Amino acid sequence: MSADDEAETLTAAHGAGRAEMRSFLSETVLERLGDPIADGVGLPALDDGAVLPDGDRSLVVTTDSHVVDPPVFPGGDLGRLGVAGTVNDLAAMGAVEPLTLTCGLVVEAGTPTDRIETILDSMAETAEECGVSVQTGDTKVLPPDDLDGIVLNTTGIGRIPRGEQLTSDGLSPGDRLLVTGPVGQHGIALLAAREGFDFETDLRSDVAPVNHLVAAAREAGTVTAATDPTRGGLATALTELAARSGVGLVAEDRAVPVSGATDSAAAVLGLDPKTVACEGRMVLGVAPEDAESVLDAVRATPGGEQAALIGDAVDDHTGRVVVDTGIGQRYLTEPSGQQLPRIC
Amino acid sequence: MTAGGPADSGADELTFRDPERADALRARLESLVDRADDSIRIVHVCGTHEQTIAEFGLRSILPDGLTVAMGPGCPVCVTDSAEVDEAVTLAESGKLVATYGDMLDVPGGDRSLAAVRDAGGDVEVVYSAADAVSLAAETDQEVVFFGVGFETTAAPTASVLRNDPPANFSVLSAHKYVPPAMDVVAAHPNTRVDGFLAAGNAATITGTEVFEPIAGTHDLPVVVGGFEPLDVLYALVELVEAIADDEPAVVNAYPRCVSATGNQAAQTALWDVFERVEGEWRGIAAVPDATLAIRPEYAAYDARERFDIEVDRDSETTECICGDIMAGHAAPRECPLFGEECTPASPVGACMVSDEGPCRIRQTFGEVRQ
Repeated sequence: MSADDEAETLTAAHGAGRAEMRSFLSETVLERLGDPIADGVGLPALDDGAVLPDGDRSLVVTTDSHVVDPPVFPGGDLGRLGVAGTVNDLAAMGAVEPLTLTCGLVVEAGTPTDRIETILDSMAETAEECGVSVQTGDTKVLPPDDLDGIVLNTTGIGRIPRGEQLTSDGLSPGDRLLVTGPVGQHGIALLAAREGFDFETDLRSDVAPVNHLVAAAREAGTVTAATDPTRGGLATALTELAARSGVGLVAEDRAVPVSGATDSAAAVLGLDPKTVACEGRMVLGVAPEDAESVLDAVRATPGGEQAALIGDAVDDHTGRVVVDTGIGQRYLTEPSGQQLPRIC
Repeated sequence: MTAGGPADSGADELTFRDPERADALRARLESLVDRADDSIRIVHVCGTHEQTIAEFGLRSILPDGLTVAMGPGCPVCVTDSAEVDEAVTLAESGKLVATYGDMLDVPGGDRSLAAVRDAGGDVEVVYSAADAVSLAAETDQEVVFFGVGFETTAAPTASVLRNDPPANFSVLSAHKYVPPAMDVVAAHPNTRVDGFLAAGNAATITGTEVFEPIAGTHDLPVVVGGFEPLDVLYALVELVEAIADDEPAVVNAYPRCVSATGNQAAQTALWDVFERVEGEWRGIAAVPDATLAIRPEYAAYDARERFDIEVDRDSETTECICGDIMAGHAAPRECPLFGEECTPASPVGACMVSDEGPCRIRQTFGEVRQ
């Protein structure tokens, strides 16, 4: 296939949340949609959501389409994923108390009704967990030739005092980096379930809403930036924070929390857990003087027990993420292309 | 990387990743390099060594005057374009071709196995030759295992052929044998080698004695090393010490896994099934005695004997400098395509395709240059 052919069609990489997707967004989408928003955050920022000022408050809006194979997986399902993903995107913009969610379902004809019921029950349960409910929606059913599986779109709306938004461009040199829990669990659990690997361990997705952890962090000190690591994992989250904030980041490899089961399975699969998807984590930039108190507050909150300070923003290596392995240093790069099983 | 929280040093010691020991080895390296008359250039021949070096950032702590380069240590990268074309031809003619995941995107003269699969061909990713046999047992279709790799994967392929696989199973061997390629690299006029870091995984099979002729012929030390960061640093200390003291010997720096004589059962299987013949190593040239061909006794399972496979032997594309990189005399960043036209998402050369490929590894674990 020549480069010209590739330019004409989208590939899976364009939606994989990494470098290929960012260039698609900036070269194709932003050419046509979106304007900067004064005193807020618009599409050009390519952040986790939009912040729209209205009087002394701002509305926060985000939307996400979710497709997952299998739709019910160890530790969660499509419904929980949809609610948590949208609530976490709102929280990453500072809206920790979501106002409402929407539910747009596109379903392949022939899908068992009880599968949809499972997903909707899970949506309701997860929404209740984070103090929100679904108040509008839409359903389409397509013939099997047109769709394989279920697509769930969730839009979330939140509200914050004007100017109180969190963004991914707020880091300054000296800020500490905090991650709210072990990374890589969602991606590894999914890969293991999808490929039928039996690691004889309890590999479960981390999918969960973490708006309450962001709230606890902001009550305890100054949070300067936030983003939720999803596709592309911690590597993409840190790369975006570094690039948008115009700082370098140094992450201490030995401080990054990874569960033993995830670490072992990732090693077998030849993957770095730092580059594997999470669905229930948040990366926060914290003012250095508040770092310990914010860490204590997050750890004291259910779901945040394994939070850790993993590194610092620095004034060199601008736009890049350095990993200090305890032995030497290297750059943390995002995975690109498909993650294929390795040979040996 | 730690289990669920901050590191405890006990776990690091068990996995040979203890920072204090690493720092002591680094200091030892520094004093040894100071003692040597000249700068030192070590060549290693294993993608897994390159991964450890890159993943743990070992190059960032090497003293000035010590360079560690990768030679022909990626079996996927040195697989000849014509060998890929043979696999492609078999898949296009209705055989099920089973191979390791790394091989799928490797460009042949015309197309890759992934392209054949996308066009409807039967190409399956397997994790071992035994998995390919299992596939054959479940179908009447001809199943061809495209066998790639050095001693570590060639011995299991041999073992499968010695255990009466199904009649519809055969092997297209692109297996290769490393020691003769080390000879070629050491003798290469453009490649400076002061010492070899030999691959501990292959040495579990061959033993360390196999490297004695290389050390003798080329008057340089060969140190067999393991794959944890402390293993690599320790092996480098042994190498630099031998170079500084001008003692070209074979040293086993991985004794917890490797012996002098190796795994006799695996060697018996390997040499019962395979013989060493001259063959092309992509980028390096024809290497005598370093391609593993299936012996006539096992011709019934040799895909080249069973099927009429016609390919163009001169189909190599030369857009990139994979050859210079594989021969150990160029670094990935010296390639004009590296990171620009050639990326993991859109690889031009084999070195960017495989997880064992030096360009892929450098791109994955970006190098912090001090």
